[in-house]
Amino acid sequence: MDRLKKSPWMLHYDASSCNGCDIEVLACTMPRFDIERFGIINTGNPFHADILLITGGVNAQSAQVVKQIYSQMPNPKVVVAVGICACTGGVFKDCYNILGGIDTVIPVDVYVPGCAARPQSIIDGVLKAVDILEKKKEAQTHE
Amino acid sequence: MAKRSIIPFGPQHPVLPEPIHLDLVLEDEVVVEAIPNIGFVHRGLEKLVKTRGYKQYVYVAERVCGICSFGHGMGYCESVERVMGIDIPRRAKYLRTMWMELSRIHSHLLWLGLLADALGFESLFMQSWRLREKILDIFDATTGGRIIFSVNQIGGVLKDVDRSMLQEIDKTITELEQELTPITNTFLEDALVNNRLRGLGVLTKEQAYTAGAVGPMLRASGVDYDSRETGYAAYNELNFGPIIAIEGDSYARTKVRLAEILQSFEILHELISKIPEGEIAVPVKGNPKGECFVRIEQPRGEAIYYTKGNGTKYLDRFRLRTPTTSNIPPMLDLLKGCQLGDVPLLILTIDPCISCTER
Repeated sequence: MDRLKKSPWMLHYDASSCNGCDIEVLACTMPRFDIERFGIINTGNPFHADILLITGGVNAQSAQVVKQIYSQMPNPKVVVAVGICACTGGVFKDCYNILGGIDTVIPVDVYVPGCAARPQSIIDGVLKAVDILEKKKEAQTHE
Repeated sequence: MAKRSIIPFGPQHPVLPEPIHLDLVLEDEVVVEAIPNIGFVHRGLEKLVKTRGYKQYVYVAERVCGICSFGHGMGYCESVERVMGIDIPRRAKYLRTMWMELSRIHSHLLWLGLLADALGFESLFMQSWRLREKILDIFDATTGGRIIFSVNQIGGVLKDVDRSMLQEIDKTITELEQELTPITNTFLEDALVNNRLRGLGVLTKEQAYTAGAVGPMLRASGVDYDSRETGYAAYNELNFGPIIAIEGDSYARTKVRLAEILQSFEILHELISKIPEGEIAVPVKGNPKGECFVRIEQPRGEAIYYTKGNGTKYLDRFRLRTPTTSNIPPMLDLLKGCQLGDVPLLILTIDPCISCTER
């Protein structure tokens, strides 16, 4: 990744995590890790977002919300699963109310493991997602 | 009578890091009723005790919530230890108290940041979280993890902290105290913050007590109650008292939490000067049989842990009543009669932790 052509905006949603990863996602936007230096800002509106960061394994109730948020985002869009729960279900995999990773509900582009995922690896995952976003955009314009 | 309308609030909302849904019944701009709908982060982890051994379950208990992670691990360990009649070494008790108080500082700083964000005061949000990073650095240096650090075990703690590290912590805390002063002054004296917080969401002493508020929410309404005084871990050997305020409004809740950060600094200084030498864990043999309740003062208030063992490796029941569960009924009282624009701020002043509530 040499230069970003666009300032991608990210949206964060807690599908059903312990909120350990959520506060690390917020810590990424703080001065110390400062994800904003890549032009990435945290938005609250799905209609403005390019990158969707999801934490936690989904349950029956949050699956509907995840699908809705995903469908509200404009194309092209990328999804980053933050934390091991979002990747596979993690420590809660055997819980009766957990369906599994985020990929059981919506397609996922980047998986960031860790419990809780450290801010450095979240930033790494988001930058990988930015590359994928560029590729998706090119593919879309060629169509 | 004005026409009633219902506005859905959440589960995905910019002010909420975690999902909760409220149906706000409005008459013009005024909220007349708030109907909560939870279940977006329910995982059902209490039932995992049936399939995880009681020693393994410590790691699940720590993942009830990422902010009060250490406290939940400690509460679970304390309850199993009491069932099994284990007396843990004094050094382990002191170390647990140290991490618990550091967690309290980190949790309150996090909350102060979120409050500033809800006020639209972004620089204050950034400054609060900048200070919080220093506490996370201490966690990282002493345990290897930033927020979920799994340092508890049944019978003590897993890692020791040596003398030089303790002195380093003492030094960092002294620096933090000085750096916190301008932030404290801004929260308590800035005209903008004062205008928003003063007189907003008043909870009287009687209301707080009958609705079952806990923690800073209860103490900000003038009730003198802190379950650290029940003397678990090393708290019976340390000097402190509940911090109370009488106003019961959002400003009082902010004031109480700021004062609690300073109190935690005092507790840590005293603890580091008093910490005894010795073992950090005792070997644990056998399985728990019997039942027990343990109360722990988490940053958000009193949490209750119930454990029932049947003499096998797997517990019969583990039950957890978290502080936010008790704080939701008083929050609904606060919302009645407030302006729609104040709703996010009022929800934040109870310091909601939804993943604790729903488990």
